[in-house]
Amino acid sequence: MDFNDTAEEAEFRAEARSFLEKHLKLKDANTPRRPSGEDFLKRAKEWQKTKAEGGFAQITWPKEWGGRGGTSMQQVIWNQEEGKFEAPTGPFAIGLGMCVPTVIAFGSNEHKKRYVEKALRGEEIWCQLFSEPAAGSDVAGVKTRAVKDGDDWVINGQKVWTTGAHFSDYGIVLARTDPKAPKHKGLTMFIVDMHQQGVEARPIHQASGGREFNEVYFTDVRIPDSDRLGEVGEGWKVALVTLMNERLAVGGSPGPDWKEIMDYARSTGTISDQAFREKLADWYVAAQGYNLTKFRTQTALSRGATPGPENSIGKIITANQLQDICNSAIEMQDHYGIMNDSDTMPANALFQQSFMWAPGLRIAGGTDEILKNIIAERVLGLPQDVRVDKKVPFDELKQG
Amino acid sequence: MNFDFSEDQKFLASEARKFLGAQCTTAHVREVLDDDAKSHHEGVWQKVVEMGWIGAAIPEEYGGLGLGMLELCVIAEEMGRALAPVPFASTTYFFAEALKLAGSEAQKSSILEKVVSGEVVGCYAASEGPGNPDPAKLKVTFDGSKISGTKLPVTDGDIATHAVVLVKEGAGASLVLVDLNADGVSRKSVSTLEPTRSHAEITFDGASAERLGAAGEGADLHDAVMNRAAVLLAFEQLGGADRCLEMATEYAKERYAFGRPIGGNQAIKHKLAEMYVKNQVARSNCYYGAWALSTDAAELPEAAAASRLAASDAFWFASKENIQTHGGMGFTWEVDCHLFYRRAKLLAVQAGAPKVWKEKLVSALERKNAA
Ligand SMILES: Cc1cc2nc3c(=O)[nH]c(=O)nc-3n(C[C@H](O)[C@H](O)[C@H](O)COP(=O)(O)OP(=O)(O)OC[C@H]3O[C@@H](n4cnc5c(N)ncnc54)[C@H](O)[C@@H]3O)c2cc1C
Repeated sequence: MDFNDTAEEAEFRAEARSFLEKHLKLKDANTPRRPSGEDFLKRAKEWQKTKAEGGFAQITWPKEWGGRGGTSMQQVIWNQEEGKFEAPTGPFAIGLGMCVPTVIAFGSNEHKKRYVEKALRGEEIWCQLFSEPAAGSDVAGVKTRAVKDGDDWVINGQKVWTTGAHFSDYGIVLARTDPKAPKHKGLTMFIVDMHQQGVEARPIHQASGGREFNEVYFTDVRIPDSDRLGEVGEGWKVALVTLMNERLAVGGSPGPDWKEIMDYARSTGTISDQAFREKLADWYVAAQGYNLTKFRTQTALSRGATPGPENSIGKIITANQLQDICNSAIEMQDHYGIMNDSDTMPANALFQQSFMWAPGLRIAGGTDEILKNIIAERVLGLPQDVRVDKKVPFDELKQG
Repeated sequence: MNFDFSEDQKFLASEARKFLGAQCTTAHVREVLDDDAKSHHEGVWQKVVEMGWIGAAIPEEYGGLGLGMLELCVIAEEMGRALAPVPFASTTYFFAEALKLAGSEAQKSSILEKVVSGEVVGCYAASEGPGNPDPAKLKVTFDGSKISGTKLPVTDGDIATHAVVLVKEGAGASLVLVDLNADGVSRKSVSTLEPTRSHAEITFDGASAERLGAAGEGADLHDAVMNRAAVLLAFEQLGGADRCLEMATEYAKERYAFGRPIGGNQAIKHKLAEMYVKNQVARSNCYYGAWALSTDAAELPEAAAASRLAASDAFWFASKENIQTHGGMGFTWEVDCHLFYRRAKLLAVQAGAPKVWKEKLVSALERKNAA
């Protein structure tokens, strides 16, 4: 057991660090956490390109696709170091973390040549078009139809909550190709060009006030059969690979954590409050437990293990904690805490912003309830929930 | 970085689990539970001594195996899982560690070898009343050679041959070493929630004692002993918590209600998933504590506090919800759930209750992040 870098790890860290210092500013208390807008997108693309040219984009991907061919431990080190800087990474998380790995796993050589490196260099952004109004947790319930017409498929239907669809160039879309089959059997996955005729992304006004996710409408959208990922009717298998990668995506903290609320409590004097100190200890222990669990996972990966459903614990811990910490910070400010004006409020209203974002974090990428089901069923081996829909043809199922 | 135990350490763990699985079953634990006259299980203790585990982290020059703290952590987890009814923690994590930390060469060479051979059974006496012992307010006194006053409760105080005692000396606190069979020592067993680990009241009436370390160093030494013991106890708690999760999971798959296993219901599934999350949080914090302990890292105070807090929380939650998952059966004497519930509470308060460690943790974080 050793927390220190090995000689090679230390060398890589130093190299990463000096690259980052050359290009970015260190984060400080005033760094906005969820920046958006045209300018941010432009900076994000530039940073992705710079990273790719420096050999730091997607460190574990093979060199032939523009990756570094490095180790997962190097990826962890990179993430740790990059996390300390004002790095605009958000717009690429879904594409590089989930969509493109799915293209790599199921796409043809032509697909890989066409898409992978461009995504990695920040030239093209991807989104994940799975959820629909009646198919969120129950994502295998999608109704968006794909009908074969000659060498093409014609797609009609509606997706929802698609993060970044409004600025994405490509997406992977899960569609129903056989409504007579039971729901998991009639699905197929496709690559879709988001700029093409018939695709319309309408930003949704979120509860947090932002407009990061979208409704996406498909009206007679033609996709060549060559842009299918996996076999016809095997879309569920492809989707599971995407969802597995979703859980693996190792990221920094989603918002203010124990350190930030501790600093804030010190500035207000609340730090001497016994009840607050006890909560702070709980937050630290859980956050530390999760960070260290990631180290354990990475150690296992570096020894050849594959990431499993046990990674579901991460979001359960971090999303709940974020909500709890922001709630406490606002109550600490008493009546004043209701204000979210970034010019007047401490840390540019970071706690207020994250308070409004936290509910989404508990839902996106699997709700708390679904993640607990995954742990119970797939890690502990408990019986599955009652499934009334397993063998029934999809077009006879109740939906609402 | 390498955040896992080595193959050798994992092998030790699996050997320990096999050994205890055969030699220290809950039937053995119940022999102690059901017999008021029994303070511990002599047979199990004898075998633990023979395995050399007490000396796992004691240097070879004193007769130990000289392995290291990581190996002791691995053994601790298995002892906790088996609810071993023996004075292992008292002797090894507290008594021997205090000697290793503060003993003079003469003290170490005269005693540690006997600890390894089982001739000396140690205990650690700090508590004098409700609340965490405050080195500034101790009532047991030491005048340079004699010790007087009462310690209560002392885990394994009735079977130990020697004690390390936290005492008041002049204006400060010190740690002293006492031979419990000497004149001026009287002991009385006390009844506790956890009868498989014995407890005593020890009264010193001018008994001979010798100092461990320097006069007035007691508060710091006590802190250091607690930090070390905290990590090891956390591993015991982790072992117990994991066993509870296994028991509850097995039962949830076998017990049927309304025509299907109770484990098919989300109220049960989610409860067990929460146990799993807490146990993982505890395991990762424990590994960090083990690393800090084995390398004498500057991070030991916060790592020890975090491992202890996470493990106390995990074991408490797992032990109470294990009973709940077992329903009425879980509340019977015959089913083992209550053994874990009892042990969870003992381990959570034995070296300072969670509230105390929360305060230690936050103070450490404040120091470390001093603006
Ligand atoms: C910020 C954000 C970004 C998102 N980005 C994307 C994206 O980029 N692409 C995409 O495809 N989707 C995206 N989503 C959609 C997201 O995946 C779904 O919202 C999520 O899976 C939940 O589905 P739902 O909203 O339909 O809720 P529902 O499935 O209707 O759930 C409602 C409630 O019922 C509970 N519930 C449902 N089923 C069960 C069950 N079996 N057992 C117990 N409880 C259950 C849920 O936990 C929840 O509390 C995003 C969502 C958010 C909030």
